[in-house]
Amino acid sequence: MSQTRYTKDHEWIRLEGDTAIVGITHFAAEQLGDVVFVELPEIGKTVTKGGEMAVVESVKAASEVYAPVNGEVVEVNSELESAPQTVNEAPDGAGWFVKLKLSDASQLDALMDEAAYKAHIG
Amino acid sequence: MAEADLKKTPLHDLHVELGARMVPFAGYAMPVQYSDGIMAEHLHTRDQAGLFDVSHMGQADVTGDEAALEVLITADLSALKPGEQKYTLLLNDEGGIMDDLMVSRPFGADGGIFVVVNAATKGADFAHMRARFAGRATLTELADRALLALQGPAAATVFTGLVPEAAKLVFMQCGVFQLDGVEVFASRSGYTGEDGFEISVPAGKADQIARLLLSDARVKPIGLGARDSLRLEAGLCLYGHDMDEGRTPVEAALTWAIARTRRERADFPGAARILKQIADGAGVKRVGIRPHDRAPAREGAEIAVNGEIVGVVTSGGFGPTVGAPVAMGYVRSDLAKPGTALDLMVRGKARPAEIVSMPFAPHRFHRG
Repeated sequence: MSQTRYTKDHEWIRLEGDTAIVGITHFAAEQLGDVVFVELPEIGKTVTKGGEMAVVESVKAASEVYAPVNGEVVEVNSELESAPQTVNEAPDGAGWFVKLKLSDASQLDALMDEAAYKAHIG
Repeated sequence: MAEADLKKTPLHDLHVELGARMVPFAGYAMPVQYSDGIMAEHLHTRDQAGLFDVSHMGQADVTGDEAALEVLITADLSALKPGEQKYTLLLNDEGGIMDDLMVSRPFGADGGIFVVVNAATKGADFAHMRARFAGRATLTELADRALLALQGPAAATVFTGLVPEAAKLVFMQCGVFQLDGVEVFASRSGYTGEDGFEISVPAGKADQIARLLLSDARVKPIGLGARDSLRLEAGLCLYGHDMDEGRTPVEAALTWAIARTRRERADFPGAARILKQIADGAGVKRVGIRPHDRAPAREGAEIAVNGEIVGVVTSGGFGPTVGAPVAMGYVRSDLAKPGTALDLMVRGKARPAEIVSMPFAPHRFHRG
């Protein structure tokens, strides 16, 4: 398994073969509180680094999830439609959001590694 | 507002000690949630009992000519007996809602009216009252008092265990009691749809009373997040969102808060306009809305029928007890009937929903 990378907006991304799997971090899930709805993008949608990719809603508020890198959505975690709480239970596992086909894998290098992300959240 | 400028309630240190996440609200640092989170806090309140710090709200005592207060609101104060409380509305001269408030008579026949108003509006409310009283009545702000709410099916057992005399209170009754050697004003009321008490205590004793109530295993501290989801499920309005000066009581579906005697006398602010709306209907009405799917529609979401905008959501979110999203908002009156299908515009997408009657979660007040 390749190394997980992180954004300052608390998304994680991990390369698995040709595609990258994206989710939100433990820290983000905890800050959001109980997730009650996730709006996922259409398959085939092109996303750009820093652009809106999904929306996650807690009891209190809606928050945007941003694309960590440029790419095309090739798969979404449709389990989250019926079980949005999975985002709280396993944010870095079963609670993943989308799989992206990357247009430029070198964009990953600009993201934080785990140590840098830990420092970022303090 | 910078964090340092925020006012603190007398329970601030306790909130921090209990692991609260503090947020700015109406100029105060307030707990939005504790470590269990909004969902668990909400469900615990419906299941057992929750303790809320609502010390940011405005408390005052009005003495003198009560008619000077009555003419500004929609209650019949001459019918308010000692030990009774009423929900009422402060109206501007056009009949717009300046605030919703509780008036009560906890101090006996000659003790004046105890008033509790919203935090964000208290300065404007009290200034308006004083100006209109013009010396006939006196408003004394009780800034040295904290306000706690104990809510939930176990609230009565917990509270009357400490204050046996309070067992005689039914919904919307009040009195002055001794609690742990402290004189408190308590009413059987709240903002969750559950049975419970609202308890005014001297600021210096608030920490002592809160810790005593929390020492009961059935009682957990509850933040503003769950307070909001609880009141929304109960179909209760949040001032500044579900009503404001641009709405009348008829539009806000609060006509019931205008006393019958006051309607007959037509002597409340904006009476001509409001009585006409009661007779002929208003153009818009506040309603409950249930989205058909799981996407919550938040405040500001437009309400549409066949692509035409017919209203707006004023409160919306997820109802933990309902287990689904719930909302309230204003729609054109001809569309206000329960069962009417409509769309909620969420991030540009029309999501099907329907008008339902409120509350979303049944009220469980103790009516005796």
